[in-house]
Amino acid sequence: MSKIADGLLYSESHEWVKMENGIATVGITDFAQKSMGNIVYVDMPEPDDEVSQNEEFGAVESVKAASDLYSPVSGVVTEVNEALDDEPGLLNKDAYANWIIKVKISEPAELETLMDAAAYTDFLAKEA
Amino acid sequence: MEELKKTCLYESHVALGAQMSPFGGFIMPIQYSDIISEHNAVRNACGMFDVSHMGEFVVDGPDAGRFVNHVFTNDVGDIPEGKILYGMMLYPDGGTVDDLLVYRLADGADGKRFLMVVNAANINKDYDWACAAAEEMDVKLENRSDEYGEIALQGPEAEKTAKDVLGMDLSDLVFYTFKETSWEGFPVLVSRTGYTGEDGFEFYASQDVIRRIWAALLHAGVTPCGLGCRDTLRFEVGLPLYGHELSGTISPLEAGLGIFVKTDKPDFIGKEAILRMKAEGLKRKVVGIELFEKAVPRSGYPVEADGKQIGEVTTGYISISTGKSVCMALVDAGYAAPGTEVAVRIRKKTFPGKTCKKRFYEKHYKNQ
Repeated sequence: MSKIADGLLYSESHEWVKMENGIATVGITDFAQKSMGNIVYVDMPEPDDEVSQNEEFGAVESVKAASDLYSPVSGVVTEVNEALDDEPGLLNKDAYANWIIKVKISEPAELETLMDAAAYTDFLAKEA
Repeated sequence: MEELKKTCLYESHVALGAQMSPFGGFIMPIQYSDIISEHNAVRNACGMFDVSHMGEFVVDGPDAGRFVNHVFTNDVGDIPEGKILYGMMLYPDGGTVDDLLVYRLADGADGKRFLMVVNAANINKDYDWACAAAEEMDVKLENRSDEYGEIALQGPEAEKTAKDVLGMDLSDLVFYTFKETSWEGFPVLVSRTGYTGEDGFEFYASQDVIRRIWAALLHAGVTPCGLGCRDTLRFEVGLPLYGHELSGTISPLEAGLGIFVKTDKPDFIGKEAILRMKAEGLKRKVVGIELFEKAVPRSGYPVEADGKQIGEVTTGYISISTGKSVCMALVDAGYAAPGTEVAVRIRKKTFPGKTCKKRFYEKHYKNQ
């Protein structure tokens, strides 16, 4: 069973968002890390890069395959998690404690298109 | 789409919670726990693989030796009973039908007998090809793929594990030889072969016996390993995988496997094309590439140099054993010399690197 954390917002492409003071912290869900297996590389944007909702902003690479990352929000990247350069497997250890990028969001209304924990639970049940 | 076949160990894989995926017409375990742990188990201790999907043909009859030498690139002419050779079957144009092992079995009433072990995805194609090549000869060719099960036990502790768990003393078995022995009264063929770059053995037996051996090894705590790490292990030591480094359009010469093609024997299918390629020089070669920065070069990604595409990646990983970003790639021969600067295109970026040996990690065979 995949873990789903309360208090986060979720996208259909299995990214999570935590909102604090207009900054979205973005990561991948436990379901995503489990289905990918050992993560060996995370291709991340640079600070100040622009990202758009549902558009590719990088990739997570497992031993077997590359999976594109889609931004759940639009805005400007303020920070990337450099710890993942040295230890991409952190995403396997705890997908919610280890984020990928932080974004200063430009379209707050987009948050309403994301799912809460209960809706994501239902979404996963339907996917399976 | 043809229905996927199950090996005799399918129920065990499901019970162990393996991630299952189609491979070569079979539904096979990709990983049980995770690829990195399984890979390291084989490099540092030992692990076991269900390789029952591999195909087995038994060759018998007065022309058995002549037949094998006609379809196979290596020379079985003088090999003794118990010896194994690696080689290929070729198309007349030098492309590869398959790569395979040939075991010289104990002689039968009609003389020499052989076991051909072929790739799962190619079983039907290979059998048809071999039968067509045998048409004018006095030879019996049996496809026994559905009767045999097969387990590969691989790693530095494989010999000790075979002794402790199965009671088989294999210390005298030489690399690339086999013996027909028994286990708990059942016939088993054991060879000192594998596809990981480590010491190890492959056990061939009836499906029922294979299930029992698997259960005994599992009970003793041997790590079950899936096809995921089978690929990362064979890749690191530069072993080819049919469909990647070898194919219907990639010759063994291009793959750097010329030593398994014996052009000094009188005749084999594809020989003329091989001699012509040797005389004219190769246009493409499979090389190793090491990237300067961390990235994952994967099968099919373009390889570039001098502002143009000069080839493509055939297999690539961040090597689990070394941490380096490396791949094998089929490139224009002009860029194949070791140390040539090339780049691999990965999504929107190009990652520079240089060509190198295909062996990214040293093999650790025993009794060679």
